Amino acid sequence: MKDIVSVDHLRVEFATDSGPVVGVEDVLFTIAPGETVCVVGESGSGKSVTSLSLMRLVEFGGGTIVAGALRFRREDGTELDVAAASPAVMGEVRGNEIGMIFQEPMTALNPVFTIERQLTDGLMLHKGLSQAQASARALELLKSVRVPEPERRLKQYPHELSGGMRQRVVIAMAMACEPKLLIADEPTTALDVTIQAEILALINRLKRENGMAVLFITHDMAVVAQMADRVVVMYRGKTVETGTVDQIFTAPKEDYTRALLAAVPKLGEMKGKPAPERMRLIGDESARAARVAPVARKPQVLLEVKNLTTRFPVKGGILRRTLAQVHAVEDVSFTLNVGETLALVGESGCGKSSCGRSILRLVKPTSGEVWIGGRDIGALSPYDLRKARADMQMVFQDPFASLNPYRRLKDQVAEPIVNFGLANGAALKARVEELFDRVHLPRAFLNRFPHELSGGQRQRVAIARALAVNPKLIVADEAVSALDVSVQAQVLNLMMELQEDLGLSYLFISHDMAVMERIAHQVGVMYLGRIVEIGSRAAVFDNPTHSYTKQLLSAVPIADPTKRRFADDLAFKPIKSPIFPLGHQPAPSVYTEVAPGHFVLKD
Amino acid sequence: MKRFKTTKGLIGIFLLTIIALVAILGPMILPPDAATKMDMLARRSPPNWNHLLGTDQLGRDMLARVILGARTSLEIAVSAVLMSIVLGLPLGLVSGYSGGWNDNVLMRLVDTLLAFPALLLALTISAVLGPNVQNTIIAIGVAFTPYLARIIRGEALKVAQMPYVEAARASGTTDGMIMLRHVLPNILPAVIVQATISLAFAILAEAGLSFLGLGTQPPAASWGLMIQASRDQLDVAPWTALVPGAAVALTVLGLNMFGDVLRDILDPKSK
Repeated sequence: MKDIVSVDHLRVEFATDSGPVVGVEDVLFTIAPGETVCVVGESGSGKSVTSLSLMRLVEFGGGTIVAGALRFRREDGTELDVAAASPAVMGEVRGNEIGMIFQEPMTALNPVFTIERQLTDGLMLHKGLSQAQASARALELLKSVRVPEPERRLKQYPHELSGGMRQRVVIAMAMACEPKLLIADEPTTALDVTIQAEILALINRLKRENGMAVLFITHDMAVVAQMADRVVVMYRGKTVETGTVDQIFTAPKEDYTRALLAAVPKLGEMKGKPAPERMRLIGDESARAARVAPVARKPQVLLEVKNLTTRFPVKGGILRRTLAQVHAVEDVSFTLNVGETLALVGESGCGKSSCGRSILRLVKPTSGEVWIGGRDIGALSPYDLRKARADMQMVFQDPFASLNPYRRLKDQVAEPIVNFGLANGAALKARVEELFDRVHLPRAFLNRFPHELSGGQRQRVAIARALAVNPKLIVADEAVSALDVSVQAQVLNLMMELQEDLGLSYLFISHDMAVMERIAHQVGVMYLGRIVEIGSRAAVFDNPTHSYTKQLLSAVPIADPTKRRFADDLAFKPIKSPIFPLGHQPAPSVYTEVAPGHFVLKD
Repeated sequence: MKRFKTTKGLIGIFLLTIIALVAILGPMILPPDAATKMDMLARRSPPNWNHLLGTDQLGRDMLARVILGARTSLEIAVSAVLMSIVLGLPLGLVSGYSGGWNDNVLMRLVDTLLAFPALLLALTISAVLGPNVQNTIIAIGVAFTPYLARIIRGEALKVAQMPYVEAARASGTTDGMIMLRHVLPNILPAVIVQATISLAFAILAEAGLSFLGLGTQPPAASWGLMIQASRDQLDVAPWTALVPGAAVALTVLGLNMFGDVLRDILDPKSK
């Protein structure tokens, strides 16, 4: 069987103001018909540039294919030299013989066209179908990607669909002309795990049914393990290693591949371990030796949340009246002990971030109490609240946006200290230097600006800022979600080290079950604003009791190709809306204690 | 790119320096009546050795008038724009950052002002206060404030939603400090761009007021007045429009280039 795609020593350069920059420099791999090849690598490794080059879309981003060959076997059996093909020929190939799925389902669809129009455009252009024929085919396509109520969806606009449904439409668009090759560039990165599982299953089924080859670009080793026939590992624009999925996972040849695999937390690997454990990092043996010691002292409560409820108004009409309310957080109660980590997990929109913000009073809760160190945060005056902020700090998700681009790092780290008047002059300088040492950043960074640092380094700055006033509680809202796995592991290890040394308590808000299993003492699973299950890590992960927890855990992809499991892509359970009419009083949360300290919401 | 930026900056600074020198030194060097002295035998004469840039309909030397007009025009334009910044910046900043009722009240106020064309507003203010340089500045300054306030509010609204503002709030920074240290530096580029554009319009606004007898009073010279006066004779003496027009154009060009460079200097990413 002849390869459908062969990429041979591809080199792509980007023209910039300071001369050409190499995007990828030595990439080679092949794809056989009906095969899934996963290109995996961290950000900046050139994986997207490679896929865009195959479509010759890279030129629209200012890139040029400088050297190497890109060959694509066309439908009629002729071999097309993609690098040299004319724009007219590429126009025929794109969308017709090669389909593409992009990462962001929100922006890949044009907001002013109906779903029908988005689907039929390509069909009429490439296949010369009439409007009626194209519409019929569009309906067929929506059925094949298992969109519920396809007839109605055709007439809808993208904003009327959920993220998962939009990605199904994007896939339907890519599949419209029955391409021989489907390029999927991080198609599930922006989606929740349960939806990710459905989409992965869908791509697999379509591949099987149509015998199409798939080039799957991802940063997620777990997704690779679930999807790939063969794997291409990329690092800094070069192919590091290629091999079958089993080879890569069981006997990686290159150090980089080994490091990448080591940094990936695997769900279930913490079974039977009493306390959180640091991530393994190749070349950092200290991490292996130092374990987070089980909390030996008598547990002492730091944070107590009682019946916390936060609702946001939905306004509308000319007078901007409140028409309904979003029940973001609904009757949430929990406690967090000194020196421990509570993980709040759940899918997007479940209210976990609102919960964290309500605790810090960054949004005003509707009702409920938040006690930190014996003080009711909710009852404080604005002045006292500002003072109380010294005890509770926050680390945000996006290290690019949570630092002010116009301020030097030392000033940003010093800001909380200045706010509380804790130090000035030489003492302040010394404290900031100490904080930089603490988070393992070189002091040379003190005078730099945020854009000069990588994502991981910035997140360290954000952690240093949070530590500056010796808080007791740090709320980490998806603090490592935007980072590459190896960097994520380093930052998590740093946070665990700080917890050990300083006795910090973390409220960790995350969607990533595998990471939370690694670092949490207690886990709370949130769904529709409520905690549906809460208990010790072992209790929740080893003995999930609530149906939602089970569903969530079964959807997490595991970074082990021998443990493939595919969700049935028919199991389509959209999350219910958290919007209720004014005056709606939901029932209070009632829990059953299934085991000591393990509570499950009664439905 | 780096080189280009500095060249552009140098041109901008060079142009502005020349214009500033002319505006400051001109009145000191030229005889006091240079701008008003009429050469009745050489009315509307094209550029020649006696009158390097020609003369206007009254036989006044264009070179002397454009040099002496620089001071009036720039003084009024720069002061008026500074005034609109002083008024508009806090207005827009508070409105955009605090939102809610403050925003509603302030912006309805601004909208009311925006409903009048800027020139009409300036005209009214100027007419009420009386025609002199100081009142012209106030009139143009106030008339330009709502535009600036609107733009600053939009920028402040955007910046106020950035995670670093929330991060500052979470670490106990007061609202005043957040506005000063976090919001202001991030909206400054937009303010600079708007200010340089406003300057050009302020020069022309002064011209408009002068034309209606409310700005600079003849026979004193200002660029705007000269452009207005050239209106009837564009076909026979185009230089009477070209000379002051070129002066305005060069000033605006210089300001724009300088503004771009200033913005780059303030942007830590360019370092």
